[in-house]
Amino acid sequence: MLVLVVAHAVAALAAPALVRALGRRAFGVLALVPAAAFVWILTQLPDVVAGTPREEVVPWIPALGIDIALRLDPLAATVSLLVTGVGALVLLYCTRYFAAGARGLGRFAGVLTAFAGAMLALVWSDDVFVLYVCWELTTVFSFLLVGQDAQKRASRAAAVQALVVTAAGGLTMLVGLVILADAAGTTRLSDLVAFFAGPAATPAAVTAGVVCVLVGATTKSALVPFHFWLPSAMAAPTPVSAYLHAAAMVKAGVYLVLRLAPGLADVEPWRPLVAALAVTTMLLGGLQALRQHDLKLVLAHGTVSQLGFMILLAGAGTRDAALAALGLVVAHAMFKACLFLVVGVIDRRAGTRDLRELSGLGRRAPVLATAGILGAASMAGLPPLLGFVTKEAAFEAFLHDAYGPAAVPLLVLVVLGSVLTVAYSTRFVWGAFWRKPGVEEVRWQPPGALFPTAPVVLGVGGLVAGVGVTGLAPLLEPYADTLPVSYPALLELAVVPSVGIALGLSVLAVVLGFALGVPAVSARATARHPLAPVRAEITWRGVVHALENTSLRVTALTQRGSLSWVLSTIFAVLVIGPGLVLLVGPELGEVRIDRLADSPFQVLAAAIGAACAIVATRVRRRLGAVLVVGGLGYATALIFALAGAPDVALTQALVETATLVVVVLVLRTLPRDIADRHTPRQRGRRLLIAVPVGLLMTGLGAVALAARNAPAVSAAYPSQAYGFGAGANVVNVTLVDIRAWDTMGELSVIVAAATGVASLVFLHRRSGSPPRAEAQPVVTPSTRAGGWLRAARRGDQDRVLLLEVITRLVFPTMMVVSVYFLFAGHNAPGGGFAGGLVAGLALVVRYVAGGRYELGEAVPVDAGLLLGLGLLCAGGTGVGALLLGGEVLQTAVLEADVPILGNVKFVTSLIFDVGVYLVVVGLVLDVLRSLGAELDRRRLATVSRQEVPS
Amino acid sequence: MTSPIVLLALIGVLYTVGVYLILERSLTRVLLGILVLGNATNVLVVVAGGRAGAPPLVGGAPEAEMSDALVQALVLTAIVITLGVTAFLLALIHRTWTLEREDHLTEDVEDRSVRRRLEIGEQEDEEELDTTGCENTSDTDEDDEDDEDTDEESALEPAGEAR
Repeated sequence: MLVLVVAHAVAALAAPALVRALGRRAFGVLALVPAAAFVWILTQLPDVVAGTPREEVVPWIPALGIDIALRLDPLAATVSLLVTGVGALVLLYCTRYFAAGARGLGRFAGVLTAFAGAMLALVWSDDVFVLYVCWELTTVFSFLLVGQDAQKRASRAAAVQALVVTAAGGLTMLVGLVILADAAGTTRLSDLVAFFAGPAATPAAVTAGVVCVLVGATTKSALVPFHFWLPSAMAAPTPVSAYLHAAAMVKAGVYLVLRLAPGLADVEPWRPLVAALAVTTMLLGGLQALRQHDLKLVLAHGTVSQLGFMILLAGAGTRDAALAALGLVVAHAMFKACLFLVVGVIDRRAGTRDLRELSGLGRRAPVLATAGILGAASMAGLPPLLGFVTKEAAFEAFLHDAYGPAAVPLLVLVVLGSVLTVAYSTRFVWGAFWRKPGVEEVRWQPPGALFPTAPVVLGVGGLVAGVGVTGLAPLLEPYADTLPVSYPALLELAVVPSVGIALGLSVLAVVLGFALGVPAVSARATARHPLAPVRAEITWRGVVHALENTSLRVTALTQRGSLSWVLSTIFAVLVIGPGLVLLVGPELGEVRIDRLADSPFQVLAAAIGAACAIVATRVRRRLGAVLVVGGLGYATALIFALAGAPDVALTQALVETATLVVVVLVLRTLPRDIADRHTPRQRGRRLLIAVPVGLLMTGLGAVALAARNAPAVSAAYPSQAYGFGAGANVVNVTLVDIRAWDTMGELSVIVAAATGVASLVFLHRRSGSPPRAEAQPVVTPSTRAGGWLRAARRGDQDRVLLLEVITRLVFPTMMVVSVYFLFAGHNAPGGGFAGGLVAGLALVVRYVAGGRYELGEAVPVDAGLLLGLGLLCAGGTGVGALLLGGEVLQTAVLEADVPILGNVKFVTSLIFDVGVYLVVVGLVLDVLRSLGAELDRRRLATVSRQEVPS
Repeated sequence: MTSPIVLLALIGVLYTVGVYLILERSLTRVLLGILVLGNATNVLVVVAGGRAGAPPLVGGAPEAEMSDALVQALVLTAIVITLGVTAFLLALIHRTWTLEREDHLTEDVEDRSVRRRLEIGEQEDEEELDTTGCENTSDTDEDDEDDEDTDEESALEPAGEAR
């Protein structure tokens, strides 16, 4: 079974390519998939009807007890036959509906096929959460299909409306399903229903769950008060309307009610809620349908009405009503899909679907008209069509005490609804096919043989199923038999009605319907205005507007457009929140200060750092301020070193150097001084925020240690590092093994930052390596071909020979040191970060001494390549460990005796560290290339541009 | 266990300075503020990690005397990320300078447009609600008819041979 669902997914993915290759004929190929599912279900029917459902279970989330459980029982078989059968026909129909080269057809084909698969899985799923997932999938696909014509505003609005309404309902339903699954202790749908069908007490939570689930069904099946999305969704192409909004998706709500009724129909307030909403919907939809001019909208409102009818029967929770409901689901899927497809043909071939403009179509297109009339007759409930059989059964079901004492009043309303149905069916047939006095005969282009095939098949299907309903009944009855019997005599579906009240009501409905429908036919009546607006949609729009306005207001309130304002707010919250807790709580009082400092050097370092920081606020010279902050960085490095953190100190010192260079590279293009535009009052206000933050953080620092009441998580790190990570440097092993995930995340951040820098500077194209020496324009005739540095041939006045000499001598040494750090880092201070930074600084030296072409000579590769390779190494280590049967990012130790070298130990986390190394080098190179070399180039370009005119 | 006063005081000073700088309007000072705050936070994390001890190198000292390796790994990561963030901020500064010849934070254009939309939008909403209130159902009707008109040219055209 899962194979068939997956086949839909595969077909959906292949659809765009298929459409590209075959054009619209691709739909014919895609139709084979649901057709195959249809045939497969047919082959399973004997077993399924005999009482042995097909089941398939694939574990999905064992920890939550959620499996992909599929189950083909009689109910699922019936509905899935409709889903696949109509699906295949609609796809076939699409081969003619769309123009050969229509835009967006590949996407459309894919989404429609995917929808068919999701719908099939929904009907088959036996796990409430799988059902929910499929449910939301159909919502999303419906959104995409309704919004197919994304250029049109109406189309987009309808798509969003359908999405919001049904997704909101879906989420509500999820809450309900969680409650029910929790109460029943199982997520398996069949077990859940069986649990509630049994003698179980129903706590209040179950009541809430039932209401939530019903909200989901109500939104999906467009019941009042959520009915408005369905007519709007008619903006979709007609095949979508036929499939989603008649045969399949809107039936999901009916299906859910049918599925749960055996267990939950007796839980309050199931019956009153269902009956009230459903019967209102039935009448309202019928009235609205009578007042539409657009054939598609007549059908859409008719669908709303019929959905109400179906859910009314499905929710009754009696055997006879369920039988009638399921029969009606089958009949409705056939006649409504048929009618929509007929309208699609009319729309395409006559150029309109307004019934005021169509005239004389019946004679021009007799085959199409026959199909349409068959469909409409089934909808109206005329014998011997399936619609008649099921409507008869529905009346019988109410006579058989569905809804107990409420049966008679409900029956009256249902008969009234049927009168309306007959009336709008009459109106549909007259409007589409009849000749109208005073209306010009429609221009008609014959649609060919294949186009009307699908509606004809469905229309005739309604006839065949009606006449041969005794053949259909064995499929429908097993489900109905799972419900309690409400009446001594069992209802049987029969095409020849027994003379009785039900038949009388049928005749009454048809007569009254004609009486209502035929006058509505007259030209005067068609001009009637639609029914006074139903408030639901206005309310919906109002809510959406209010939401947008609120969001705008909140945004305008919080996002003032001023960074300092936003930051002030954040800091204020920080001070007021945690600050108050700190002041009120007992922790601060428990802090015992026992020493001034750990060593005199610490005092010195802290004093230098604090002094640098304070001075930085006063310096106006840009570079001066940067240097002062750099001093703070080195002081911090000293503090780390004194705190027993050689790795951190090393990294801090290296980063500080790199930062200084990079900052200077950029700030050289800015004016010398920072413009001071602040009044003393503003400074005072900033201090007012800054000082409390400083005090708070001091307090937090003091409390942090005193508040510790559990052993540190890292207590076992040293032994773990040596035992599992095979390294003596605990910090390094922490980085590459114990907490390698953190490092992975960090590498991603660095890659993102480097990419961001390059994008902000280059704007258009960021890839490519720095320019090589060959690309250098010859400024001076190159008399000294072999200089100290290959590319250092700038104008002589720019050259610093001493620097070039030193660079030539120091660069190889630095590279060796960097590689040493990389390899030694596992057991001694160093590691990928430190190594990468040293290599980066070596590049900085080359660049500073030799200019931008020298950078290209030093690393003639794309910085992006280094970054990517680095990520690949790091990620590859993780995946590799997984493939070799370990945990992600687990370290393996390979040891071997190599001749000459002796015992060699290789730790796989070294590869990870190489990745770190490469990413860091890539970051420095990318920054130098962007903020260094590229800015150089632009400055030169500006200078030469300025020189040319003069 | 407690921390040395000197470091706590340093944390206080650095946070004060960092916040003071980051609230400036000059982007360069904002950058400096971030650098100072980065240092402040790193010191705070190391201080929170406990008493200074021997370097965490197995074999160099007994495990009990070692300083906490976890905070060191965290801080090490943070330091390198700060470098990336600094570079990115610098690129932003450069970009702002190229575009506006201005090293100052200006009011965010998007935020201003939100405020404007709020002022204009409220009036529009009222108008729109009025019309929908009058004839809502026909509204959908017309939408659909519009569809008819545009269908001809739109993405999914009637079948080709029809023409």
